[in-house]
This record gives sequence, structure tokens and C-alpha cells, in this order.
Amino acid sequence: MEFILALIMGASLGGAAGYLGTLMLSQRMALVAGPLGHLTLPGIALALILGFDVSLGAFPFVILGIIFIWLFEMRTGLPMEAVTAVVFAAGVAITFLFLPEEKAVPALIGDISQITFLATIIVILLSLIIFFMTRKIYSKMILAGISEDLAKVQGANFRKYNLMYLLGIALTVALGVRIMGGLMTAALVAIPASTARNMSKSLTQYSYGGLILGSLACILGISGFRVTGLPAGPLIVLVGTFFFLVSLGLKR
Amino acid sequence: MENDLILKVKNLNVMRDGEEIIKDLTFEVKEKETLIILGPNGAGKSTLLRTLLGLLPYSGEVIWHTKSISYLPPQELFQRRDLPPLNIEEFFKFKNVSHEKILNIFLAVGLDSSLLERRFGAVSTGQFQRMLIAWALVDEPRVLLFDEPTAGIDVGGQETIYSLLHKFWLERNLTILLVTHDLNIVWEHGDNVLCMNKKTLCYGKPREVITPEELEEIYGTGIKFYKHTHM
Repeated sequence: MEFILALIMGASLGGAAGYLGTLMLSQRMALVAGPLGHLTLPGIALALILGFDVSLGAFPFVILGIIFIWLFEMRTGLPMEAVTAVVFAAGVAITFLFLPEEKAVPALIGDISQITFLATIIVILLSLIIFFMTRKIYSKMILAGISEDLAKVQGANFRKYNLMYLLGIALTVALGVRIMGGLMTAALVAIPASTARNMSKSLTQYSYGGLILGSLACILGISGFRVTGLPAGPLIVLVGTFFFLVSLGLKR
Repeated sequence: MENDLILKVKNLNVMRDGEEIIKDLTFEVKEKETLIILGPNGAGKSTLLRTLLGLLPYSGEVIWHTKSISYLPPQELFQRRDLPPLNIEEFFKFKNVSHEKILNIFLAVGLDSSLLERRFGAVSTGQFQRMLIAWALVDEPRVLLFDEPTAGIDVGGQETIYSLLHKFWLERNLTILLVTHDLNIVWEHGDNVLCMNKKTLCYGKPREVITPEELEEIYGTGIKFYKHTHM
């Protein structure tokens, strides 16, 4: 039963993350999920020590991290990647000061061994929210990449869209750490999107390609865990990487 | 208020980073009018268009009597590279218009419908500009704001672009606000001209307000002046 729940959870979150990832890649933000994933580590550590859900522990830390990055960028004028590096390195350092050694592996690469029905339902619902929020802002964000003025004239409200976008990223990262751990969450968004980009001729193929590939990588990775007993997170990354390598041959 | 008034601008001021970009502009645009906005680089022409669209903060009055407004920024401001795999039809679908409408406007601007499947940006500069005109007009706006539509286009291409605009102006009762450096366009297509360099330098019918002295004041140097007698 746990395996089926893990499959359903992985398929829904992988799909939503893959879809969001295509938008993040088009904004050159695909790697942002990496540092944000690292930022969740103190939250994951707390959850593992105190015995509550890792995503619940991760979410406030992602939000806190985003606020710190935004504040530091505003105050210093430094590029976002520089302040992100400062914040996520501090997050990782704090984690390893108090995370017990035996909890380090699940914190870093995820753990799908104890998934409940309730957690699965919550992940499905939140994945749907991520998907629909992303779909709502998708075309205007792509149009803004072509010309921000045109997007504004077409009625894009970027304050609202950026909030929805960041919330979508934060949710994806917080949910993703359960399966992928704090170390590899970026793979959920970056790899399916890159593969889809190699194989697509249109925006529809690209965006839904990311969704399908993200979902499929999670299904196959979690199935691989069932068969081999190896951790699911790294297997998902390797399946995704395999798809990426195949896509190089199909590049359009 | 006159019934055919479509835009009223009164005492418009725009500041950016403490610098005055537009100072005390006042003008009006009537339905089906073509207003040409003329001025040297840095005069605030593009800022004016963006302000009229509500993209920049301002003081003074900008009153539109329509919401059906389309805008095209200068072509060089369009990002054409490093985009996701977007095809041209999908670019048009951003405006929520039907395939049939897209085909019709493509035909009207003289583009082949096979281009719809092409990647955005993977077309020549001339085709790209026609495609942008089609995009601006596909949802049948009443007003078109156009910023330097022929920048970077060869002379033949420029003629085509202006002929197209003129055709749509005739067929669709378009009101056009056009930023250009091309004095020929002022003579041939302008109902009114607004010469500016942060503030208004001249405003009125081209034949009445464009003089060699005025051009020298606008551009700060002697401009060869051939007053057109035909229309």
C-alpha cells in the first residue's frame, strides 16, 4: 500500500514540478530550486528530530529563505545568485551543527518509506494547486520574456504573478524534499524541463512534456526503489538524466 | 467634450530617477486621427507612449475614451533568442484569438500561413515586423500605438510597413499614434504632429507647424527640408 501511495504522490508532484520547471527554465531560474532545497535542511532536521512531517518542517524554511534573499538583495543590490549562496550556505551550516548523523541521509536524499494516506492526499491537492497556479501565469510570464511592456499591456499583474510563482516554487521544494531530500530537489524541476526543451517544437509540447517526463521519472524511480531497495531520490534523478541523454539524440 | 475625442492629455509630467523626462505636454487625439510624435533621441517619445499606456507613473491627466488599445514597442526591444520553443501561432494565442482570425490577419499583412508553425524569432526582420503588426491588429483594436516601426528595416521594407499601416487605417478606422524619425511619413500620413524634446516644441497640422526653423529647433542642426506638395 505504501508503495502505491508513494507512486501516486511521486507522479502528481513530479508532474507539477516538471510543468513548473519548464516555466522556471524559461526564466533562467531552474537552478533556484537547488539552493532553496538546501535551505529546507534545518526544517527537515527539526522534523526528523521532533518526529513530524518533513514537508511541514521544510515549508517555513523555504519561505524564510525567500524572504531573506529578497531582503538582502534589496538592501545590498548584490545579484540574486550571490545572496542566495550566502543564505543557503548558512542554512546548510546550521543544519549540520545539530542534525544527528543517522538522520543525515534521509534529510539529504529523501525517504519515501513511511508515506500515509493523508500525506498523499495533501500532496495531490497541493500539486494540483501548483499546476493550476502555474498554468494561470504561464502565458503572461512567457510573453514578458519576449517583452515585459507587451505583457503588461495585455493585463499582466506581475506583483500577483511573482507571488504565485514564488509560492509555487516554495510548495514544490517543500513537498519535493520528502522524495528527493534537501540535496536534489532541483532535479525535479530542472531535468524534465531541459529534456522537454530538447524534444519540443512548441510551447504546448514543452510545458506538458515537462509534466509527463517529471511524472514518469518519479514513477520509474520509485518503482526502481521497490525492485532494488536503493533510495528513490537518486533513482528519480538517474531516470530523469537517462531521459535527458535520450533527448539529446532527438533534439529539434 | 467632442464626441470623436479618443485621447486627452493635459499637463503631463513624467519624472524618472529625479530627472524630468516629459514636461507639461498637452494634446488631444481624435478618432481615426494619425498623430506622429517627432523628436530627437532621448526626447521622451517612447516614454510618452509607455506613459499613455499606464506603464509609468506620471502627474497630469491622461484620459482615454476607449480600452481597445494595442501597442508595439520598437522591434529591437523584443527578445527573440533564448526563448522556450514557442511557435508563432502560440504567440498569437496569448491574445485568446481564434485560428481563423489569425489566418485572416496573416493574409491581410501578406504573410504565408505556414509561418504559424515556425519558431518565434526564426523569421527574417521584415517578416517579424509584419508578424508584429498582425499581432497588434488581430484583436481589432481601435487605437494603435507604434514606436519606431521601421527601425532596422531596409527602405523597401519600410515602405511596405507604412503601406500596411495606411491600409489598416483606411479599412478599420484605426487611430494611430506613431513615433518615427521619418519626415516623409509626417507629410504623407500625419493628420497632426507633436514635436517634442521633453516639452512640446510644436503641435498641429504638419503643413502648418513643420518649418525649417522648427526642425532646427527639434534636432539642433540644419535639416534639409523638402516640403511635399502632394497628399
